[in-house]
Amino acid sequence: MSEMWTAKLRTKWQKELPIEKLLPDDQPAYVASWIYVFGVLTLSALAMIIASGIVLAFEGPAWYHTSDAGKFTNSMHFWSVQLFFVFMVIHLWGKFWMAAWRGNRFRTWATGAVAFISSIATAFTGYLVQTNFDSQWISFEAKDGFNSMGVGAFFNVTNLGQMLLLHVAFLPLILGVLTVVHVLMVRKRGVVPPIDAEPALSNRGPQ
Amino acid sequence: MSISKESKHAFDAAPWSGKTKRYDIVKEGTIALAVVAIFALFLSLLMGSPDETPLTFKGWAVSNPDNFYATTVQELAGTSGTATYGAPYNKGAEGLNVGPLWPQKWMGVTHPIDSVNDFVISPLSTQVMSTEIASAVATWKAAPDTQKQDWATAYDDAITKVEGKISDVPAGAYGPVPALAQGLTDMAKGGALDAALLSQGGFFQTDNTKQILFFGDGSYLDDAGTAANLQGGTWGMMNETGRYPGQAWLWLYSFWYQIPPFNNEESKPIGANADLYIMVLMGVMSAGLIFIPFIPGVKNLPMRIPIHRGIWRQYYDENGIKRRKK
Ligand code: HEM
Repeated sequence: MSEMWTAKLRTKWQKELPIEKLLPDDQPAYVASWIYVFGVLTLSALAMIIASGIVLAFEGPAWYHTSDAGKFTNSMHFWSVQLFFVFMVIHLWGKFWMAAWRGNRFRTWATGAVAFISSIATAFTGYLVQTNFDSQWISFEAKDGFNSMGVGAFFNVTNLGQMLLLHVAFLPLILGVLTVVHVLMVRKRGVVPPIDAEPALSNRGPQ
Repeated sequence: MSISKESKHAFDAAPWSGKTKRYDIVKEGTIALAVVAIFALFLSLLMGSPDETPLTFKGWAVSNPDNFYATTVQELAGTSGTATYGAPYNKGAEGLNVGPLWPQKWMGVTHPIDSVNDFVISPLSTQVMSTEIASAVATWKAAPDTQKQDWATAYDDAITKVEGKISDVPAGAYGPVPALAQGLTDMAKGGALDAALLSQGGFFQTDNTKQILFFGDGSYLDDAGTAANLQGGTWGMMNETGRYPGQAWLWLYSFWYQIPPFNNEESKPIGANADLYIMVLMGVMSAGLIFIPFIPGVKNLPMRIPIHRGIWRQYYDENGIKRRKK
């Protein structure tokens, strides 16, 4: 039985991330600061981006130039992105000053950092598919950097079709997967203890 | 009490066995989502979002016909930005390098653009042409390459000499070039060039490369960028049109373009290859962000600068934990 891949996967999963760890109803007492909210805020802003993005996807990139409903949906998408970045940057700095990579949490940090970089790529392609003057300008200016690296050979910022597909399919997929892995890593490892936390103390008091 | 590095690591990695408290993460998440939704709603209703109409070739040719005309001549003479660009569009230049690395040249011409035919002759040929234009196109097509080059170069130089004022250009051996440039200017004025450049004789089209490159060769796009405060020297792509935040998260990338030697095209090798140097620099810095937990000095900053004392104040106070000297 233990030879079965399915059984092995289930056993590993249950050991590493049981449902009590995934959805705990308590947290260490030191989880008491506003900074902990910014991860969840980032996640919420991402949810708003995806929701408004799906609506935009049904109507196409030119919709918001001509329709009030389109313009509103576009504004929701735009401001959710701005909020997303504000929250994410505060989250990043917070985790830096907490040295939250301690205790085997490097992968949590690294998936976060790669998510940050992927977000920049996703937002950048978003600015390119606005199909307004700003997209004309950005694509003309930005091509030089990518071309200089040779990346322009397969990532062509002046190709609207390519940018649109990357923006609505490939890049959100990457960002989504990274985010899920990131949050699961946090749940698996538990919230990092304070710097200078006292090991002797954690064996005392009500458990 | 001093603790060894290893036992500290083991402690940080082990599941927390100390005091806990009730914490409803699902409720927290729901409230956070509601708060963000309300924020986004307010901002959207209050501020809307940026949407400047795109520029068109028609707008360019109507508002500044001389500049459009002169740009067309540059495309024919092979002196325009596109014609002299290099990879991935053509072999007009070597591309940028960092030391012995020439990635632009190595990747080759993957999106070929022939500024003469793609920008001028083919679009003209999609139209019903006046006899004058038709014969100019025929003359051009029949002429040997050196002859074409001589005509176009002579005219291009003559236009440069009178600083772009087309009506002041003296007569000369320009062959069919003036007729071609006039033909394309008229076509652009009527609005037909926008579509012709995109379709290039096809039906389905999603690639705007040729339009955007031709557009950038003239001064129309550039002037509009300056007017909207979008030039590289003023933090470029970070800005948006109107009173909207742009891609503020690109600040570090834009920053390099503001300082020497990157902002000086004359300075070799870095300024002249700034685009590539800055991309490489950003690549290294991005890797740096990912690997901060391993970078000596940087990884210890959070222990040295006691911001954590504020974050976990309650824990430190309740347990009477003093800062350990580092
Ligand atoms: C897509 C963007 C991101 C989302 C949605 C996200 C979400 C979250 C959430 C929900 C948590 C748990 C709650 C909290 O402690 O705040 C968390 C923890 C964490 N995040 Fe992120 N994050 C993102 C980006 C980043 C970035 C850019 C970094 C740093 C480079 C980062 C580093 C961390 C670390 C180290 C933890 C673990 C903290 C601990 O164990 O106490 N995250 N993240």
